[in-house]
Amino acid sequence: MSIIGKAKEGERHLLMGNDAIARGIIEAGASVAAGYPGTPSSEIIENLAKAAKERNIYVEWSVNEKVAMEVAAAASFAGLRTVAVMKQVGVNVASDFMLHLSETGTRGGMILISCEDPGALSSGNEGESRPFAKLFEVPLLEPGDFQEAKDMTRWAFELSEKVRNLVMIRSVTRLSHASGNVTLGPLPDVVPHARFKFRGDEMDPDEGPVVTFPVAYRHTLMQTKLAQAVALFEDCPFNRYEGPEQPEVLIVTSSACYLYTKEAVDLLDVQDRVGVLKMGTTWPLPPKYMEKHLAKSKIIFTVEEVLPFMEDNVKILAAGLAERIGFKRFHGRGDGTLPAVNELNPDLVAAGLARILEMEYTAADPEYARLSEESAISGAPQRDLAFCAGCPHRASFWSLHNALEIDGREGFVCGDIGCYALGSRPTGFSVSKTGHAMGSGTGVASGFGKLGRFGMTQPVVSVCGDSTFFHAAMPALVNAVHTQSEMTMVVMDNSGTAMTGFQPHPGLTADAAGEEVPALDISDIARAMGANVDVADPFDLDTTQRKLLALLSKGGVNVLILKQACALSPEKKGKKLYNVTLDPAICLGENCGCNKLCTRVFKCPGLKWDSETKTAHIDELTCSGCGVCASICPSGAITKKEAV
Amino acid sequence: MVTTSLAADPYNMIITGVGGQGNVLASRIVGNALSDKGFHITIGETFGASQRGGSVMSHLRISTTSVLSPQIPKGKAHMVVALEPTEALRVLHQYGNRNTKMIMNTRPIYSVGVICGEYQYPAMEDVKRWGDQLTSASWLIDATDEAVKMGNAILGNVILIGALAAVGDFPLDKASFQDVITRTMPANKVDINLTAFEKGMEMVQQHAA
Repeated sequence: MSIIGKAKEGERHLLMGNDAIARGIIEAGASVAAGYPGTPSSEIIENLAKAAKERNIYVEWSVNEKVAMEVAAAASFAGLRTVAVMKQVGVNVASDFMLHLSETGTRGGMILISCEDPGALSSGNEGESRPFAKLFEVPLLEPGDFQEAKDMTRWAFELSEKVRNLVMIRSVTRLSHASGNVTLGPLPDVVPHARFKFRGDEMDPDEGPVVTFPVAYRHTLMQTKLAQAVALFEDCPFNRYEGPEQPEVLIVTSSACYLYTKEAVDLLDVQDRVGVLKMGTTWPLPPKYMEKHLAKSKIIFTVEEVLPFMEDNVKILAAGLAERIGFKRFHGRGDGTLPAVNELNPDLVAAGLARILEMEYTAADPEYARLSEESAISGAPQRDLAFCAGCPHRASFWSLHNALEIDGREGFVCGDIGCYALGSRPTGFSVSKTGHAMGSGTGVASGFGKLGRFGMTQPVVSVCGDSTFFHAAMPALVNAVHTQSEMTMVVMDNSGTAMTGFQPHPGLTADAAGEEVPALDISDIARAMGANVDVADPFDLDTTQRKLLALLSKGGVNVLILKQACALSPEKKGKKLYNVTLDPAICLGENCGCNKLCTRVFKCPGLKWDSETKTAHIDELTCSGCGVCASICPSGAITKKEAV
Repeated sequence: MVTTSLAADPYNMIITGVGGQGNVLASRIVGNALSDKGFHITIGETFGASQRGGSVMSHLRISTTSVLSPQIPKGKAHMVVALEPTEALRVLHQYGNRNTKMIMNTRPIYSVGVICGEYQYPAMEDVKRWGDQLTSASWLIDATDEAVKMGNAILGNVILIGALAAVGDFPLDKASFQDVITRTMPANKVDINLTAFEKGMEMVQQHAA
């Protein structure tokens, strides 16, 4: 049951930031929501999907972020409130459309929510999308706590309708995936009616066609809209100042960094020396409001994640205002007061602030730190990211590794984004040698496959997941076929967008709200594109390796679909395919020539090496019963029996 | 208004473990039970890629007055609840102090580094010794073993919540726990979770005796 769509006005709930944002979308009466899964953004669309029926919202997991923004924009053009949701890298994908959208403007309120990941807690990068707001001249908001996450989201739709342009909201992992108390607002009664009006004049923003021409006129309009937003930002409840009238240091901050900053001021007990300017409207910064507060202190310390985006904009503003507010000394991520990379926390902010105030600050008791060092180093062995027990990717990479070794021409794998990015790590037997954006494995492989004319003889394989195939790998495959590249693409089809929580994709028969939809078949698509297509079960190591080995020297563009559901998928979780047992009497342990193949090399968390008996063991609680290890044990000590 | 008292205000607790042990659920249950009583709760969670066998941490902060940073400052934890022994040591080093209390599940989960022999998992005596040195009070509990007896290892997290209630640093009781799980879990799971909660309480009470 989703409380987000049902709970009444005035109720107080402990909500995750993403829940609060979803509630704000519902309170605003949005009719359409589209997104592509990506941590830490996915729960917003998931929550809306749960409330879709009762709140009459059309919710979709789109094929990728650009299409999500296009789908959402259509609703705006037809006069409805609408939202596109994605993680930071998704905004890169959507950015081409986003610029054009900013030129044409919007009708029904439209917001973009980007949930970003400072510190790359669950990303391949810590890129940020705030510069896009500046680049494409759209207003940017950043909530500073959980209540604001809801209230600001709701307000963003009004703002979008006032300025007739997209409004961007940026959250971060420490808000989206953190929780706090939120008091709810009313649920609206909206009876949306969609109609796209296009019969008006080209210049008519309400009834004309939605196009970017004439460019100079549209660009001027974009800037007028931005100026309107700035005027509203001058008096906005999401910006506030807390502290003395003339602080020694003025901290300018936003987002989760506001909470770190408050904590840091308390840690140092400097409430009477430091002022905190908490900004919710971070692009453009309202100049009059900023002037009033920048005038308060000679020292300006900007606390934000990750790039010095606000810091640079504050400096530009302050340079223009210098005659009136005087010269300032600036601190932040730009000058090393805060680390230039990675996420922040209260201690890092406190340490930076202490340096500015010339105070002593040590985060923890040094004696305790010394005492706990031994246990933390020798008592807490590192936990590297690894494929789960029973993960089909482990089996797939095992076969890829073996096929490439047997082939013997120094072949390699080009990977991209998904759990299978671990193909470059030990549990993927380090076969992936390139790793970039969604679908890039196949694009890069398409390029490698054309280098034969320059003497390259290494076979190249790309890997991509089933959701990634639709998201961005299809154009790359088209390219490979059309350019007559030489490559093999392995689609690791685990029946869902597994890494982010099994969101559906176009290859599946249910949509975001659980309604039945037609599934597109990956092998049919690849065949229609002109690739040579085969399918195998990755748990069948022999067949998979044989097929891979043949494809490596076949020439042309080959696609091998390795189909096996994720071990954590709803249909598999908690159910074992096989009961797997290990006979310690047969396991030769250290006397076997295999040199602990099952634990040292195969590295499944369901296997343990018992250092006393010097044999392998199955960890019953962790083993998920895929049975693959039975195929790799050379002495036949591991057996599998179909589970009943 | 909150009428009940906290051992400290704000009270800082870290629930830690390995992805898949029910860390997040545990923090939500405790957070919701205390939010129902009118406290301001802030929870910061580290999951995502960590759900695949990595270390996970939930920072739970209980306050009578305000929302706080979702990351607890270093050295400022009052309580560490560990679903896995070595994760307790990892967290204590960063967030512990001499007055930190600890509830630890004794069941190890080996990382791939340990499985393949690259790293050594510490001996339980060492874990106990370090635990004693680094905390003012600790409860080592065989929560997973008990949970397996009840039919599902995942109940280990609820056993630890019961243990936490018995320690009594904040007003978490069976009634408030029951309210939350009745609201958030399927009806057929409520009884077994209540049994697990009671088992955890009992284990701490026996520990003290």
